[in-house]
Amino acid sequence: MSASPEPSAKVHALPERARAKPPFPFSAIVGQEDMKRALVLTAIDPSIGGVLVFGDRGTGKSTAVRALAALLPEIEAVEGCPVNSARHDQSPDWAQIMPGAAIIRKPTPVVDLPLGVSEDRVVGALDIERAIARGEKAFEPGLLARANRGYLYIDEVNLLEDHIVDLLLDVAQSGENVVERDGLSIRHAARFVLVGSGNPEEGELRPQLLDRFGLSVEVTSPKDIATRVEVITRRDAYETAPAKFLPDWQAQDATLRAGILAARAALPKVKTPGATLHDCAALCIEIGSDGLRGELTLLRAARALAAYEGAKSVGRKHLKSVATMALGHRLRRDPLDEAGSGARIARAVAEILP
Amino acid sequence: METADRIRLALAVLAVAPVAIGGLWLRARACPQRDMVTAALIQSPLPQRRLHPSVSDEALSGGLDLAATLSSGRPVMRAGLLSGPGLLVLPMAERCPSGLAARLAQALDGRGQALVALDEGAEAEEVLPPALVDRLGLFIDLNGLTADDIGNPSTDADTLTTARALLPTVRLEGGMVAAMARASAELGIGSARAALLALATARALAALAGRDAVEDSDLTDAAELVLAHRALPVADAPHDREPESQNEPEPQDTDQPEATPEGIPSEILVDAARAALPDGLLEALAKGRAARSAKAAGGTGDAHSGNRRGRPLPSRPGKPEGGKRLDLVATLRASAPWQTVRRGESSGPARALYLKPADLRIRRVKEMSDRVLVFAVDASGSSAMARMAEAKGAVELLLGQAYSRRDHVALVVFRGEKAELLLPPTRSLVQTKHRLRAVPGGGGTPLASALELALATAGRAKARGMTPTLALLTDGRGNIALDGTPGRARAESDAQMVAKAIRNAGLSALVIDMANRPQPGLAALAVLMGGRYTALPRADAHTLSAVLESALEA
Repeated sequence: MSASPEPSAKVHALPERARAKPPFPFSAIVGQEDMKRALVLTAIDPSIGGVLVFGDRGTGKSTAVRALAALLPEIEAVEGCPVNSARHDQSPDWAQIMPGAAIIRKPTPVVDLPLGVSEDRVVGALDIERAIARGEKAFEPGLLARANRGYLYIDEVNLLEDHIVDLLLDVAQSGENVVERDGLSIRHAARFVLVGSGNPEEGELRPQLLDRFGLSVEVTSPKDIATRVEVITRRDAYETAPAKFLPDWQAQDATLRAGILAARAALPKVKTPGATLHDCAALCIEIGSDGLRGELTLLRAARALAAYEGAKSVGRKHLKSVATMALGHRLRRDPLDEAGSGARIARAVAEILP
Repeated sequence: METADRIRLALAVLAVAPVAIGGLWLRARACPQRDMVTAALIQSPLPQRRLHPSVSDEALSGGLDLAATLSSGRPVMRAGLLSGPGLLVLPMAERCPSGLAARLAQALDGRGQALVALDEGAEAEEVLPPALVDRLGLFIDLNGLTADDIGNPSTDADTLTTARALLPTVRLEGGMVAAMARASAELGIGSARAALLALATARALAALAGRDAVEDSDLTDAAELVLAHRALPVADAPHDREPESQNEPEPQDTDQPEATPEGIPSEILVDAARAALPDGLLEALAKGRAARSAKAAGGTGDAHSGNRRGRPLPSRPGKPEGGKRLDLVATLRASAPWQTVRRGESSGPARALYLKPADLRIRRVKEMSDRVLVFAVDASGSSAMARMAEAKGAVELLLGQAYSRRDHVALVVFRGEKAELLLPPTRSLVQTKHRLRAVPGGGGTPLASALELALATAGRAKARGMTPTLALLTDGRGNIALDGTPGRARAESDAQMVAKAIRNAGLSALVIDMANRPQPGLAALAVLMGGRYTALPRADAHTLSAVLESALEA
């Protein structure tokens, strides 16, 4: 909202979150290794694409995403820029950023896209307030602008209305949000990592949207009692005695953050041997994934993993450990096949990459 | 625990630690008994805010007050219901759309809010959205209770004040956390939130009793209040789970202190939770959950608010709230003739445009509704298994491609004495596989009952804004009447009666005859229904799904 003529007229802003205590530390999440690994890999290389987390309620999906926000390194951005541009020449004209605006450090944005959100809030719309009060044609940026260079998190992504899904598909593909409505003609960068979570029992995800997610992981409630007890113990300690609980884990988070930064730096130097490319292609042909997105994601994820593990080049073992999350959701859907996608990938991996 | 104590304690802990406990799911129709309970909510330290299921986004999170802005000529913001801590009260919570549930869930996840959901659901599929059930700690069911059963639900203010002051100092032994986690696992509760909410409740109970340490009795009471309604019905709960975790070494957690000496055994907590609610209620809740998740599988909760997509209709006067969009051009057009007059009347500084709330126009569009195929399959007689297998295959094939066409499928199976709705309208392939795993066959042919159930299912789907189509798959005539008694003549006249009702309801219908030789009776039935008749001896899943698809297109 722009400044109002009288500050007193502004009764309330959106609910502030600053008061909330620090989120549950990422390293303190018990188990769910696949989910954590997928999130870390996208933090190392955002071009992998998004992460889809499918699973039961209360398995720490939202917790992990909120924890990730605190884990991620800060970004540098132009102060006041609605799309978090890194340099002045990247700020869109309509934002009217002064050339002298400072470059500040701010947390990587992790923006929630709630269910039932209106199209206006997602893509941005005419700023009605300014249009009516001052007769100005101004653009009020939406969630896509705020999520630029960060993460866009959609809980219950499988229940999202179709018209919002259409918008997201387009933007996630092009990395640019184009607004042509209400007499506005605006475009701005909207590159973000899409993170979705949901419960497959409540509905399927549209195949086109599924394809936009680079990695997909399934989470389940831990089956053994000891793990469950550990989950509850840690969470309870976090709720009741955060001062005692947080420091240790925040130190571990810091180690993890340093690991991510080191991996980012190492990423361009990681070599990709021809044999690995060959393995990638063979695996994708075997499972019959559509298009080449599967190969690219698989390779990028494996490379990010190699960088994270400090390896000089991408090897077969890296491919193996990310194959399920990179390819599991790209299988041609066969309603009459009872075996889960994980099993089919594991079979193909065992066959092609002995 | 007596019912009265249960209700009083639930309200008291909610007043002591509302945010930690999340809130209360109160299942009751509007009645004096419910008023008694809601009146006691005043003991909560948080200010009460009343919502309703169709509350708009602006009202929730605040925003521009358009009417006030226009009349005053400067932006007037309005506070949202979710800004600042509060005790939210949501009547008719069973009608809460998933969008609102998602926002409320976000608010409950650590923004200082608690929620009291007044669930007035009458039918099995009218229950609270699962996202809220998971986050609200307490559950009270007032159905069938009298005012005497409830007693005085309030607690005196001094006790509550002392308890609130005591709460931060209340300590738990490590073994108690483990016991609660174990109990929730043994009750078949998947979500980790349940045990946390139960622990928060146990702390509040200890504080209420004036203690600074949680005792075993607090844990059993908390299990009763928080875990009982989440448990799976006894029949479905994991029995005597293999203690595998004790044999295998733990791969992680080695840096954690080893389990503290056992306090209360989890069995006591399980028993307490089991005894708290009648098993029938649990089964009803489980059924409701299943029905709700089938319903949610539609993808969009409010398919018919449609003012965002589809063919445009003329704009109407109205306010752009609750997801409605302002038609800017129509608004300007409506205000244009009055500009000169209004400029003359206006006393304030000159403005470019003089708009009044009455000028506002909102967009409307016409929307195509989702289609639902109600598929009634004959599972009687000897060839039942083969037919069921093909029918299942056809349903799964249809759903496999359903997303592109927004089709839902419901499956009615009939055999023995009456028909049952095996699969409520859904679009979820996962759910379908889950439910169609084992279907027994054989017995009589209750055709009339199947048609009646299919008609009712179609009627409900229609009420939710979908376009239903009926498909009947059978190989013979009915021989069981509506009331479950055998007899061909009664069965036939009943079937004809329901068939006429189907025609009167204006549903499109299809009869698929799978008998080796075409049955004239079925063709006649199709005529009565005003539907089509197709003879398909030895059909397989692919042919069937093709026929069903063409029926949907028709």
